[in-house]
Amino acid sequence: MSSADIIALSAAEAAHQIATGALSANDLFEAYRARAQADDLNCFTWLASAGGETGAGAAEDLRERPLAGVPLAVKDLFCTAGIPSQSGSKILAGYEPPYTATAVARLQTAGAPLLGKTNQDEFAMGSSNENSAFGPVLNPWDRERVPGGSSGGSAAAVAAGLAPWALGTDTGGSIRQPAALCGIVGLKPTYGAVSRYGMIAFASSLDQAGPLTRDVTDAALLLKHMVGRDPRDATSLRLPTEIELPGREDLKGVRLGVPAELTGGSGEGDAGGRGADGREAGIEPGVLDAFRAALGLAADLGAEIVETVSLPHAPHALSAYYVLAPAEASSNLARFDGVRYGLRAREGATESDLLEMYERTRHDGFGPEVKRRIMLGTYALSAGYYDAYYGRAQRVRTRIAEDFAGAFAEVDFIVTPTAPTVAFELGSKTDDPLAMYMNDYCTVPMSLAGIPAISIPCGLSDGLPIGLQLAGPAFSENELLDAAYALESALGFDGSLARA
Amino acid sequence: MSELEPVIGLEIHVQLKTRTKMFCGCELSFGEPPNTRTCPVCLGLPGALPVANAQAIHLGLVIGLALGSTLAPRSVFHRKNYFYPDLPKGYQISQYDEPLCGGGSLGEVRIHRVHLEEDAAKLTHVGESGRIHGSHESVVDFNRGGTPLAEIVTEPDLRSAEQASEWLKLLRTTLRQLGVSDVNMEEGSLRCDANISLRPTGSQELGTKTELKNMNSFRFIERGIDAEIARQERILNDGGQVEQETLHYDPNSGAITSLRSKEEAHDYRYFPEPDLVPVRIDEQMLARAQGALVELPAARAERFERELGLSADSARMLAFRAEFGGFFEAALSAQVDVASQVLANWVTVELAGRLGDGVDPTGAHVTPRAIAELAGMVSAKQISVGAARQVLDKLIAEGGDPAEIVQAEGLQSLGDPDELADIVAAALAANPDAATRVREGNAKAIGPIVGHVMRETKGRADGGEVTRLVHEQLGV
Repeated sequence: MSSADIIALSAAEAAHQIATGALSANDLFEAYRARAQADDLNCFTWLASAGGETGAGAAEDLRERPLAGVPLAVKDLFCTAGIPSQSGSKILAGYEPPYTATAVARLQTAGAPLLGKTNQDEFAMGSSNENSAFGPVLNPWDRERVPGGSSGGSAAAVAAGLAPWALGTDTGGSIRQPAALCGIVGLKPTYGAVSRYGMIAFASSLDQAGPLTRDVTDAALLLKHMVGRDPRDATSLRLPTEIELPGREDLKGVRLGVPAELTGGSGEGDAGGRGADGREAGIEPGVLDAFRAALGLAADLGAEIVETVSLPHAPHALSAYYVLAPAEASSNLARFDGVRYGLRAREGATESDLLEMYERTRHDGFGPEVKRRIMLGTYALSAGYYDAYYGRAQRVRTRIAEDFAGAFAEVDFIVTPTAPTVAFELGSKTDDPLAMYMNDYCTVPMSLAGIPAISIPCGLSDGLPIGLQLAGPAFSENELLDAAYALESALGFDGSLARA
Repeated sequence: MSELEPVIGLEIHVQLKTRTKMFCGCELSFGEPPNTRTCPVCLGLPGALPVANAQAIHLGLVIGLALGSTLAPRSVFHRKNYFYPDLPKGYQISQYDEPLCGGGSLGEVRIHRVHLEEDAAKLTHVGESGRIHGSHESVVDFNRGGTPLAEIVTEPDLRSAEQASEWLKLLRTTLRQLGVSDVNMEEGSLRCDANISLRPTGSQELGTKTELKNMNSFRFIERGIDAEIARQERILNDGGQVEQETLHYDPNSGAITSLRSKEEAHDYRYFPEPDLVPVRIDEQMLARAQGALVELPAARAERFERELGLSADSARMLAFRAEFGGFFEAALSAQVDVASQVLANWVTVELAGRLGDGVDPTGAHVTPRAIAELAGMVSAKQISVGAARQVLDKLIAEGGDPAEIVQAEGLQSLGDPDELADIVAAALAANPDAATRVREGNAKAIGPIVGHVMRETKGRADGGEVTRLVHEQLGV
């Protein structure tokens, strides 16, 4: 097979070819490694060496395993023993953990060797991958534009054919939104479905690992081998059923709920709901058109489109999220203090003063967005403000979860555009943090409710991809994958343009 | 200025006797080389997560039940956030407003709450004094970090340093008997801070309190509290105000220095630990905790008084020193015909006195049965008290059977009353001056006469009987 033929295979197809002996795992690994090496999108912060211990040398032994040696790109924040795991931050530059994250270990055991670590927004805080200490990632569809974030490196790598599939994490949309902006599939599972042990934490009650893949089948295959209870993660769960590969051909009998609050249906046809601070979610007309077209296709497949479903508290989700997530982050990032690992600032320091060491280290080591969120989070938890901010945000979170539960009594899935816009230009939102936060408008509610959601590409606007998001009740991964698969087949989105 | 009374509350940290740490699988360390009992979790490495130790929760429940606390059906771990090198995550996982246990009491002191948390690592300041000032380097040993702690907080029911020290000893005995901790202050498995304030006697309001830390022996606690009471008294008597602050007591110099003032007090920004689920107590956990309870000192003392009619002092000694209490109960079970109080005296006075401070009777040669039989022989007037004491000395030195020793040493009481009367008569004749003084009413003068009789009988005569015969023969 030529390199082009190899790259054209989806992960599942490649696994099958290897298992039947038509393709060598070595050849697959090397084909991708070579492309990753030549990467001009800045997707990778670390790459396996040719035939190295984590690379092709071991690949041949893997063809018996379920994932058959198909190499995996892994977001920087997953701990990988002896390999830099930096969470996109200068404060962890070069840090090599002594252990490997459970999710990664499970996939390696299932037969997916580590191809490389991917670039990301620092500590998973961002929606554009412009917050990385290792430089921004570029969108393969248009190199002047962002790939989305925070799993920008993983998304761009898969979209550009530099990795067959990748692991990302999603806290408020960090798998789904970059998947949408890069024209690939991204899934955030039910909270607790995948172990967080070894994931450098951003917001503990929201972080979840998930697949970024070319298609829904690949996402199911990867997810299948990641999920399950981990005794090292007290918040992890055993799923009631095993993950199956999807095969659904139509959507007969499926009720799809279209909430006005998240889809631009809030009266008088204005484009998009409103955030609690009055800003418009600003769902672009091009995005709305593609979304509506996809809904039409779903209806052709037999789905019932229900426009009367409501998520009344969804407009407050972003505000609640931007209190809760930074609060947890302000605590999770306290360990980066220069004492045991990572950066310890020495230049100019008197070294005899502990406070000065702490301040210099964190001043030098954290980027501006991280500092912003630590300050926000510390404030929200501080004496006298806890009830007004953190306490209140938790109550809003409960309301949002209740909204979804109510909606799922009427419909099987909630469907929305994944992101309000297509990929925007580098630097266009970096001066306005709130504008940047609005990218998460449609994805954050599902994160707060802990329910699973998937983004699939549903069209182009001005040559740039658009994502459609499907969300289901907790533990509905199989049903979600099935519905997404059926729609994906009908949509026939061609992502190969970005892999040229 | 009206009289001031001290108001004292204690905060006690107890290291629990589990096999592994509070939130990870590292085994507890007892003097291992530094940083050899660690893992990503207790080192606070990026990506590590805590998992609660079920045995620690069980021991916490046992403590709660023993103190008569209410066990919370649902309790929550919280993060207590602050920066210090002995706190690797930058927060301690503890409990805040939903602790494991609330209320209860021990002795005269009410318990406010009992909760679980993890211990900090051990910081060593390398320099001359071993304290942070003047040291050029500080090093951290994470072996201790993550050890499970139960924090017991009392209501401010104590009124003196001595009372506080005594109560703390009661708590220690109780916890040791429960088997939940080694409770050794020198080793650090029992730590105590005191909250101290003063107020006019009889007032119901509380004065400003200070917190006194780092006292690692009962003696230092008592002296430290006394020193702080004196310090506050001076301030208040001078018309000043006590500042709310955290203080350190130096036992060598007696000095009290400030560690932290109210302004520098931390805002811990408590919030529920998102990496852990709430603790729910089910029937199984409750049953297991109840099954682990033993009879505790206060209850045991009360039972001795009530059921056996022992004096309060005897009951207390036997209950609070478990090794003697056990010895006593074993002696009782020998079913020798002797009054409980008499037997108790043989154990708490005669035996304990001869063994010396801190010696455990269970290791001695003398057995509980032997003591019981000895006491029985005295009660039955088969031997005198003096003779019995000689036998006891021998039992302690070599062990053996009391009846055999009495036979071998010829220590039986004089069986023939006439024989004793003759010896008394001979003693009176040999001590005419003493006899005269006794006849004149000087009771103490009987000494030499009794001594004479005892020598003649080798201590086998019963002292009371000798005195009676002397008085009878002298006609007084």
